[in-house]
Amino acid sequence: MANFGNSGYYALLGIFFLFGLLLGIGAYITSWILRARGAKTDMKISPYECGEETSGPTYIQFNARYYVWALIFLIFDVETLFILPWALVYRTFQPMMLALTEMAVFLLILLVGLMYAWKKGVLRWN
Amino acid sequence: MTLIELTIKIVEWVQALAAARGIDPSWAGFAAEVAIMCVLGGIVLAMVSVAGMLLIWMERKVSAHMQSRIGPNRVGPFGLFQSVADAVKLLLKEDISPRGKDLISFWLAPMLISVPAVMSFACFPYHKGWIPIDLDLGLLYLMAIGSAAVIIIFMAGYGSNNKYSMLGGMRTIAQIITYEIPAVLAVTAVVMTTGSLKMSTIVDAQSQVWNIFSVWGLIAFIIYIICATAETNRTPFDLPEAESELVAGYHTEYTGMKFALFFVAEYTNMVVVSAIASAVFLGGYYGPFGLGGASPVWMLLKVIAMIYLMMWFRWTFPRLRIDQMMMFGWKVLLPISFANIVLVGIWMAFKTLGQ
Amino acid sequence: MMEQFNNIAPWEWVQLISFYAIAAMMVLGALFVVTMKNIFHAALSLAVVAMGAAVVYLMLDAEFLGFVQIMVYVGAVITLIAFVVMLTQRANQSGDNKATNHQKFISFVSVGTVLALLLWKIPNASWLTTVTNAELANAHTIGNALLTDYLLPFEAVSVLLLAVLIGAIVLSRREKPAKDDGGAE
Repeated sequence: MANFGNSGYYALLGIFFLFGLLLGIGAYITSWILRARGAKTDMKISPYECGEETSGPTYIQFNARYYVWALIFLIFDVETLFILPWALVYRTFQPMMLALTEMAVFLLILLVGLMYAWKKGVLRWN
Repeated sequence: MTLIELTIKIVEWVQALAAARGIDPSWAGFAAEVAIMCVLGGIVLAMVSVAGMLLIWMERKVSAHMQSRIGPNRVGPFGLFQSVADAVKLLLKEDISPRGKDLISFWLAPMLISVPAVMSFACFPYHKGWIPIDLDLGLLYLMAIGSAAVIIIFMAGYGSNNKYSMLGGMRTIAQIITYEIPAVLAVTAVVMTTGSLKMSTIVDAQSQVWNIFSVWGLIAFIIYIICATAETNRTPFDLPEAESELVAGYHTEYTGMKFALFFVAEYTNMVVVSAIASAVFLGGYYGPFGLGGASPVWMLLKVIAMIYLMMWFRWTFPRLRIDQMMMFGWKVLLPISFANIVLVGIWMAFKTLGQ
Repeated sequence: MMEQFNNIAPWEWVQLISFYAIAAMMVLGALFVVTMKNIFHAALSLAVVAMGAAVVYLMLDAEFLGFVQIMVYVGAVITLIAFVVMLTQRANQSGDNKATNHQKFISFVSVGTVLALLLWKIPNASWLTTVTNAELANAHTIGNALLTDYLLPFEAVSVLLLAVLIGAIVLSRREKPAKDDGGAE
């Protein structure tokens, strides 16, 4: 939209954010007005476990795989965000082979990382 | 007439009105612009709600016909009002929340889960010149918003004070983050050939031939559609919420309208990824090979086709086990998407060398 | 000071108000990160601070950096932190983190000194309040710069990421039990 500086776009995005919240808030309010009200019996508020009684505290076993995957995701996310500006200018960059080799080196180094993770078995589900 | 021209016309008309009455025209113009954006936001909200209802109906009908049965046909013509009836039912259900839940997370998660999807609607190319907010970095914005939705699933799984919810939530997140990188890389292949992240530029570059009609485009499209199915937790990737496995995953403990919000958010996410795929790979509002020119009908048809494709997948492929899913994401899709990038790079380099 | 509010156009008002709102949100969020009893809530507050930072980047015309902040920080780093929080704490254990710190006096003194220093210097510093040359933050410019002027840092980043990856994998591997069959991993 025309008349203001660059950051004006983002103020308009803020309006969309508010409308997104509005959807949730509207749903909450509507259901609060309309929904059935029942007593909070003990059985109703106990956590669901396919009909059984819960046993033991609510924590799950430590599985270090999740942490490693999140970290690998972080690494490759940052790498992808470095590939993006390169991808933007690749079409008009002279000489193109230079840009290609630079990116090939970048990807190669990170491919080594991926291979290491692969060989060490962290990409498997245990 | 594009959206920008329409906005300028309305703003100038309002400013003339205000100047005639003696009100400061810059404030009047400001109010008019905000009002226009609010109208657009309201239209998007209406679209999201209606699309949610229609998609639930479509899913049930499509599933039914693929299973040689009819599906809902009582409520309204062809059962169209079935989802309205379902929505009303869910609205009226009692809101039960588990003991020991984490109030903030449990309460906030359903409210926030549709926010990324609704914000994505601001950037879609509906028609030539009719993109509500045509950011210079539109595609990056869409990917970033999708990325930020992960923490909300965390909140839902954690807040329920239920082992299965938490487990389901963590598995869902592991799946989403695995399939996020190949998706971004697949889209980057298109960015390379277009040279811009602006949605209008990407679509306009496909006015003659869609991006899917090229080797790298086809590979990128296949990668993207697989990742999109995984990100929206559809079969064959819906183990975290399969009924026989983890009850219902991270939204086990939600009842009534909160559950409805999660449900609608899943279908809205489906619309979002279909719209991105249509815009980036299938040429947005252009017909194939320039047939028929630019029209919002093309965009609608493509989005519906992509959604139908995802529903088709559901009843065609068996469900993947979690370890097969992770292996496929990390060991197959990720290297292929990197190779695709290099392929596009080499192809473009040879094209310019040949000139 | 009120004279500067006379000629502000409406959109500048929007920027002003949203900046103060975002700043307040970030400060509150940062406060909650260190004071919340429930660690998961602290992680969520960190997410709020990160989003606020992203919005501030966008307001300063650093668009690419703003979206990168959302994608990396809110998308990946907070997920990492939340995983760690969830995997290492028992649920509902919120109040057991009493500080057994016998260094309260010295910590007060040192933090107070830093605070006094900051309060003395910050109001008198010459802050850059207008962004000149906004094209520098353009994604295309970044891309060109990465490939020409900043090529060495660009490649060095990949080495850094490789180091982080290998380090994390090494640190998180479980100790193999004593019996092993000739080096098979």
